[in-house]
Amino acid sequence: MIAFVLRRLLQGVIVMLVVGLIAFSLFNFVGDPVSLMLPPEATQADRDAMRQALGLDKPFYVQFVTFIGNAVQGNFGISLRLGRPVSTLLVERLPATLELAFTAAMIGLLVGIPVGVYTALKRDSWVSRALLTTSLVGVSLPNFLIGIFLILIFAVWLGWLPSFGRGDTVKIGLWSTGFLTKSGLKSLILPAITLGFFPVTLIMRLVRAEMLEVLRTDYIKFARARGLSDRAVNFGHALKNTLVPVITITGLQLGGIIAFAIITETVFQWPGMGLLFVQAVQFADIPVMAAYLCLIGLIFVVINLVVDMLYYLVDPRLRAERGGSGGH
Amino acid sequence: MEAVRRFFDGDVFYSFKHSPLTITAAVIVVACIVGATFAPFVAPHNPFDLKTLNLLDAFTPPAFTGRGNPDYLLGTDDQGRDVLSTIIFGSRMSLVIGLGATFLAMVFGVSMGLMSGYIGGKFDAFIMRVADIQLSFPAILIALLIDGVARAVLPKGSHDELAVYVLILAIAAAGWVSFARTVRGSTLVERNKDYVQAARVIGRHPLSIMFSHVLPNVLGPVLVIATLQIGAAIITESSLSYLGVGVPPTQPSLGTLIRIGNDFLFSGEWWITVFPGAALVIVVLSINVLGDWLRDALNPRLR
Repeated sequence: MIAFVLRRLLQGVIVMLVVGLIAFSLFNFVGDPVSLMLPPEATQADRDAMRQALGLDKPFYVQFVTFIGNAVQGNFGISLRLGRPVSTLLVERLPATLELAFTAAMIGLLVGIPVGVYTALKRDSWVSRALLTTSLVGVSLPNFLIGIFLILIFAVWLGWLPSFGRGDTVKIGLWSTGFLTKSGLKSLILPAITLGFFPVTLIMRLVRAEMLEVLRTDYIKFARARGLSDRAVNFGHALKNTLVPVITITGLQLGGIIAFAIITETVFQWPGMGLLFVQAVQFADIPVMAAYLCLIGLIFVVINLVVDMLYYLVDPRLRAERGGSGGH
Repeated sequence: MEAVRRFFDGDVFYSFKHSPLTITAAVIVVACIVGATFAPFVAPHNPFDLKTLNLLDAFTPPAFTGRGNPDYLLGTDDQGRDVLSTIIFGSRMSLVIGLGATFLAMVFGVSMGLMSGYIGGKFDAFIMRVADIQLSFPAILIALLIDGVARAVLPKGSHDELAVYVLILAIAAAGWVSFARTVRGSTLVERNKDYVQAARVIGRHPLSIMFSHVLPNVLGPVLVIATLQIGAAIITESSLSYLGVGVPPTQPSLGTLIRIGNDFLFSGEWWITVFPGAALVIVVLSINVLGDWLRDALNPRLR
């Protein structure tokens, strides 16, 4: 177990170093930080002094180590567009994105699993066929179009739900939550459905495929032969065994959901990190881009690590092959 | 002639003939390609000829609503441009970027996969590590990042002219991995077969073995991935353009058109968004249906 965790941890650190290197290159080779920070009338002496003060005259690896040191402390400099420290901006925006991503993932599980089970058990009914076709269309439907169509129907034509922003938020310490107010919850519905659409189709097809696989196995036939009720067989025996891959994939998707929130947040003007990042790309705001990249990289690495370890705990086969190639 | 006859008698064409959905998708895709290629002749108006635009025509509703102008079948946008014509020109831009990006990703990915699988060792480990890391990040994020860097590096003003090339490069850079992985897998299998051993024994150059012997035998799955990637590339392109970091409004793609229309959603001019959106969905859906069919038709195990 310890060797497995250490190996995964090491891989995670390597990935983070690569991401850090990319972020560092963004900082140092894209645009000249000195000319960005100094007024245009600065003399060559000013420039040299600035260069020295920033440590830009030092060799590459020293600069990189300094950068990593700063990054670990959350110091990514100042946003070129907003003139405020990048770390403060990200911390302000983090709750909005995490709440949205969490709700979307919940929708994915709560809708995807039942629908997946239904389409597997009643595979020939027309409802199942309709649901499967919908999921195929869902793959071809860009995220932002779903959002636009939802806005058009529920905000513009029916006027039921707000189309942008987060509504009222309540501050709990550093965290500002929209879960506790009525307008916050109402504002959450459309973006969460938009962002949850893809996970729903994915989880649904995954559960269906796994269920069909499991329902063919001998122990299910045996359970039926023992005279257990359909309910007990389908849910107690079959569904339970499909849940491991479902949880793994959902966990891995969580990172993807946070990244895809970029688009949903833009459609709904949701004040999260994704919107911040898109605006940073539009204005070539390198510090924000670099910091977002590192943060997303960290989220991905942590999620991968946790999922791998859960997998290891849940699946005894992985424990058996000690010292093997590891992973799945 | 013989090859053509064999194709029409073969299994692939047989499965095509018996799937109405696939035939519909193929017709739509062919119509789109023809329409996009000959856009200036097909489109009823030239939406980019400022002389023919009349601001008084702006926001004309679609003709079938009864309030519109029969000249503008699907209505006009905020500048009086015919929506149907902008869609035809827009899908031209979307297709060019989608096809260009997929082609670039395919050439690079297939080359990397072939070399990775054939040479093996440190090179293979390195390429696959890069692929692993990249695969854990969504394509849209990578494309956004490359686009952002290009914006910072390129001199101001020249970005709009180069936007198309930047986009193709960004989307291709995000898409090469799936080609590389698949081709590497097939190459590992092919490498140990007799014909490769024979070619090696008679002293063919490794590059020549890779590209003229191994490559033709691993192309089947590549074709399937390429088809599905075109759909994905068009979605990525439209998403980037919708986010405002894609092609400029002067030479819009479907994503740019949707972005333009988005501003008028709340004032009731829904057609400016909905029709380009529907066009995008139909094109991508058709391409994906074709890709799915191709995957099933080329995979003998599924028959």
